[in-house]
Amino acid sequence: MSIRAPRKGENYELSVDLNSEYRDKRKDAIKRVIASMTVGKDVSGLFPDVLKNMQTEDLEQKKLVYLYLMNYAKTQPELVILAVNTFVKDSEDPNPLVRALAIRTMGCLRAERIIDYLCDPLNRALRDENPYVRKTAALCVAKLYDLKSSLVIDNGFLSRLHEMIADSNPMVVANTVAALTDIHKIASTAHPPVPSSDPAIFNITPHILNKILIALNECTEWGRVAVLNALSRYTTQDEKESEHICERVVPQFQHANGSVVLAAVKVIMIHMRGIRREDFTKQLVRKMAPPLVTLLSSPPEVQWVALRNVNLLLQKRPDLLSNEMRVFFCKYNDPLYVKVEKLDIMVRLANDNNVDALLSELKEYASEVDVDFVRKSIKAIGQTAISIESSAERCVNVLLDLIGTRVSYVVQEAVVVMKDIFRKYPSTYEGVIPTLCANLEELDEPEAKASLIWIIGEYAEKIDNADELLGTFVDTFTEESYQVQLQTLTAVVKLFLKKPDSSQGIVQRVLDTATKDCDSPDVRDRAYIYWRLLSTDPGAAKAVVLAHRPPISIPRTTVSPALLEELLGEISSLASVYHKPAETFIGHGRIGADAVQRKGTELSDDHAFAQKAFRTVVAGQQAENLLDFDEAPAQEEPSGLAATRILPSTPATASFLSGTSANPLDDLVSIFGGMSASSAHAGAGANRPGFDGVSIGEGALGGLGGTTSPPPGGASFGPGVDALGSPNAGHGPQEDLLGLF
Amino acid sequence: MASLIAILDLKGKPLIQRSYRDDVQPSCIERFLPLVLDIEEEGQQVTPCFSSQGINYLHIRHSNLYLLALSKQNSDAAEIIVFLHRLTQVLIEYFKELEEESIRDNFVIIYELMDEMMDFGYPQTTESKILQEYITQESHKLEVQARPPMAVTNAVSWRTEGIRYRKNEVFLDVIESVNLLVNSNGNVVRSEILGAVKMKCYLSGMPELRLGLNDKVMFESTGRTSRGKSIEMEDVKFHQCVRLSRFESDRTISFIPPDGEFELMSYRLSTPVKPLIWVEASVESHRGSRVEYVVKCKAQFKRRSTANNVEIWVPVPDDADSPKFRATTGSVQYAPDKSAFVWKMKQLGGGRDYIMRAHFGLPSVRSESEPPTRAPLTVKFEIPYFTVSGIQVRYLKIVEKSGYQALPWVRYITQNGDDYSLRTAVEKGNPPPVMQP
Repeated sequence: MSIRAPRKGENYELSVDLNSEYRDKRKDAIKRVIASMTVGKDVSGLFPDVLKNMQTEDLEQKKLVYLYLMNYAKTQPELVILAVNTFVKDSEDPNPLVRALAIRTMGCLRAERIIDYLCDPLNRALRDENPYVRKTAALCVAKLYDLKSSLVIDNGFLSRLHEMIADSNPMVVANTVAALTDIHKIASTAHPPVPSSDPAIFNITPHILNKILIALNECTEWGRVAVLNALSRYTTQDEKESEHICERVVPQFQHANGSVVLAAVKVIMIHMRGIRREDFTKQLVRKMAPPLVTLLSSPPEVQWVALRNVNLLLQKRPDLLSNEMRVFFCKYNDPLYVKVEKLDIMVRLANDNNVDALLSELKEYASEVDVDFVRKSIKAIGQTAISIESSAERCVNVLLDLIGTRVSYVVQEAVVVMKDIFRKYPSTYEGVIPTLCANLEELDEPEAKASLIWIIGEYAEKIDNADELLGTFVDTFTEESYQVQLQTLTAVVKLFLKKPDSSQGIVQRVLDTATKDCDSPDVRDRAYIYWRLLSTDPGAAKAVVLAHRPPISIPRTTVSPALLEELLGEISSLASVYHKPAETFIGHGRIGADAVQRKGTELSDDHAFAQKAFRTVVAGQQAENLLDFDEAPAQEEPSGLAATRILPSTPATASFLSGTSANPLDDLVSIFGGMSASSAHAGAGANRPGFDGVSIGEGALGGLGGTTSPPPGGASFGPGVDALGSPNAGHGPQEDLLGLF
Repeated sequence: MASLIAILDLKGKPLIQRSYRDDVQPSCIERFLPLVLDIEEEGQQVTPCFSSQGINYLHIRHSNLYLLALSKQNSDAAEIIVFLHRLTQVLIEYFKELEEESIRDNFVIIYELMDEMMDFGYPQTTESKILQEYITQESHKLEVQARPPMAVTNAVSWRTEGIRYRKNEVFLDVIESVNLLVNSNGNVVRSEILGAVKMKCYLSGMPELRLGLNDKVMFESTGRTSRGKSIEMEDVKFHQCVRLSRFESDRTISFIPPDGEFELMSYRLSTPVKPLIWVEASVESHRGSRVEYVVKCKAQFKRRSTANNVEIWVPVPDDADSPKFRATTGSVQYAPDKSAFVWKMKQLGGGRDYIMRAHFGLPSVRSESEPPTRAPLTVKFEIPYFTVSGIQVRYLKIVEKSGYQALPWVRYITQNGDDYSLRTAVEKGNPPPVMQP
């Protein structure tokens, strides 16, 4: 026997009442036990006393005792056996509610000891005349499989389930499908993997397909979700069958339950792949739009799930909601998480015709109270400018208006965004530079400062007092953040290369400070490189520092095409909501590096939209460019800078990989950051995010600072460099890049 | 599927919980609120779904409660979130209000409901009318033991057989909610009509109903010429009783209705709507002393209609005080908790316009950095016997095998949606406060 409660206290009183001769008193005691259980008190000691009250005509009391059993069966396994008799008896009760309750509860007890006793009642229940019992029994098979799969197979429950797909009752069919799918999931992820002939593998045959398509129109909303999920797993034989499934599923778009709608969208997206008829596909896409828009009238949490999925759908089919941008306008009282998703979708839907309406909305949002939302709205203006060229000027005007408000965080964000616009449209909007510079003193965020400094450096020849402006940052150099230091350094060198006569002093000063008083190795390294470049060959320095940079653009997708297809097949699941493959968050929530590379996706999706955008774009467009500009310096530069083994744990790598601390834009705006970002992704096969770029810095460190172990002299130059340990002739860009040093 | 469902108070303490699958430990519930706080601290938004250490947390908020579902798999997020909302609805229908106290007082029945509404993480029956037939608060008073109603598993899972009424009646309410957003220059930026057809059904037996609307698509597909106006609904959603495949094939709305009150269908139109009630305010702000409002309102619908219970909400600065109001009609109140004042009119006739003035004091000192808030004006109203879209019920045919006659009653009403807002408060006088350079 278990430990009995002491002869006093609450539990003792309960135990007395549970054994009372009066029925009401006993029932009341049970309620009090459950109440204690609910607030988290341990009442497991009362197990035997509660158990005595199990056999009763009072359904409510029975349910309470069952509930108690479910909670404490695990702690008192040896006593659960005492309940078996009542369970078996209840499973033969004339009232179907009691029969079902007994089956349902036994399945939840999860105690090894009583499982064997479950099989007979379950077998009976699966053939019960009452559909309520059968639908409960169907799910119980899945529970049993989870607990002890051999019992399910030995007792032939699986084949019984397969028979039940043809049940006359749609609810039974739906639960059967849910149970089979559940079992399939367990079996297909088992170790070692089961063969595809295993009975637990739920292969949907055309025969089953017909059965569940019929049930689809008749079962409850939740049954429909189960059936639709099963339909999404079906592999069609031919195009005609795909069309047939789509035709049968389309009416579900009219269902009031949002999860039915999304499940239907998923099935259509999957089976549309098998359809080649253009007009039919178009028709399906057209029918999909209105129900998706209607989901925006759901409660905010449902809206959010829908919006995340709409975002994915738009990446695949940008035409899906092409005329519906206005419905995504934010309501003043929308929760922030909804507003942010809406912003992203609005920018996706922007085109020449609606961009004016979008901009006036975004401007309105920029005057709202929530700082985070305001910043995101301003970012959205920048994204609009970059993706729609004809709107750029209007975007700049809106940004100037916003800068005019002189609200600190608005100005700072606008400056950051302006920098991106300068990147995209070089030498187009120089007229705004004075306005930006006028706000110099108000900037206190590193990103905003760095952006403005980059702009000053980039247009140094056109800004009369550039040396003066940069001078203020040089004065406070050691107090600034690394991000700002790096930008200041680069900007001053640019200034020097453009106006050598007037800025000799300042460049000397900044290089001196950066190499002597600065504790960031990245800043020091960069300063050494510049110094060496400038002192050996100013021509080479010009070619490197003032090299032409490719324009940026915003890619249409935020995930790789393969992952996008995978996620579209899982619409409405958590994976599609997170925009991450399932293996990244199930299990232990961690994922190996190889898996990340296989997916070819981002490491963290901290909404680093621009971050991803720039990386991908630079990767795609710059390969050629890098090759070009390498040429000159590579020939002239002596091999004084030696490459060393990379140290993957430098701060730059860390920040690059985590993608959170440093803003890649700032890296991008400087030539070296640009190279590191581009080489990270140049050629999908390279698979060494971040390391390549870093090796530059390290190499310099090895050669100039002499702090790392000296490398074998000859190996430091040319495409054969094995600093990466992966000499691969296929990936020209990075290696040439390395060859530079 | 969900492994565990719990209702938590705002401190993250579970009030009640039910475990459906073994793979998630109940102790994870206690990690929920700390995680939420962590996310907030990092300056991120707390989204309805997030994952931490392999556990997915899906939650919704209802007044002062969190309804939380935990899952370890790549579950159907929409299904779980919608289910949580459905659970909320059912509990509200059972207890009128869902709050800490009603949960503590009714834990027995909530356990019963949770047991019935979900099995092994799969949602089962969530129709509160059906649940109420066999899970009742007064079960001990019942002489006979409750049995599962046929409806639970029936093909018609929303209606029990053997319903009898002496007088067979159906009430149809066509309710249209208008959402619109007017920009500061007076243009309608966004507008939509959300319509709903609500029914109160007091019919005996298993009646077959067919509803006819002036639906443009149906008129076109059947080649009938419509007398008068027909409307084009952009998206229609039906109660599960409506045969969707039938609607898809020939736009017929045919169904066996649930008993009592329910929402038969909802629809959406995004045809541009002229603001039914136009409001504009001019604001004269004298920093450090006072702010004055002149609010004009105009009813832009036909003279024969009247709007009832009109409320115009005008936002004011948080620190405004000592209000003074003067209105040509209706009454005005200050609602400091909402940083607004509200102008209420019992009735507003079509074509009429009115004006009101408000005056507030402002504290002489004000923090410089705080940007001015720019909440829009919002309007609440109801216009009976009128639909903006022009939708009409053309017929409601009721056929039951006993052959009784039943009368349908139809009412129309147009009201504001959850977002009827106008950004037409224009600052006059002093320019808006700016940060000094």
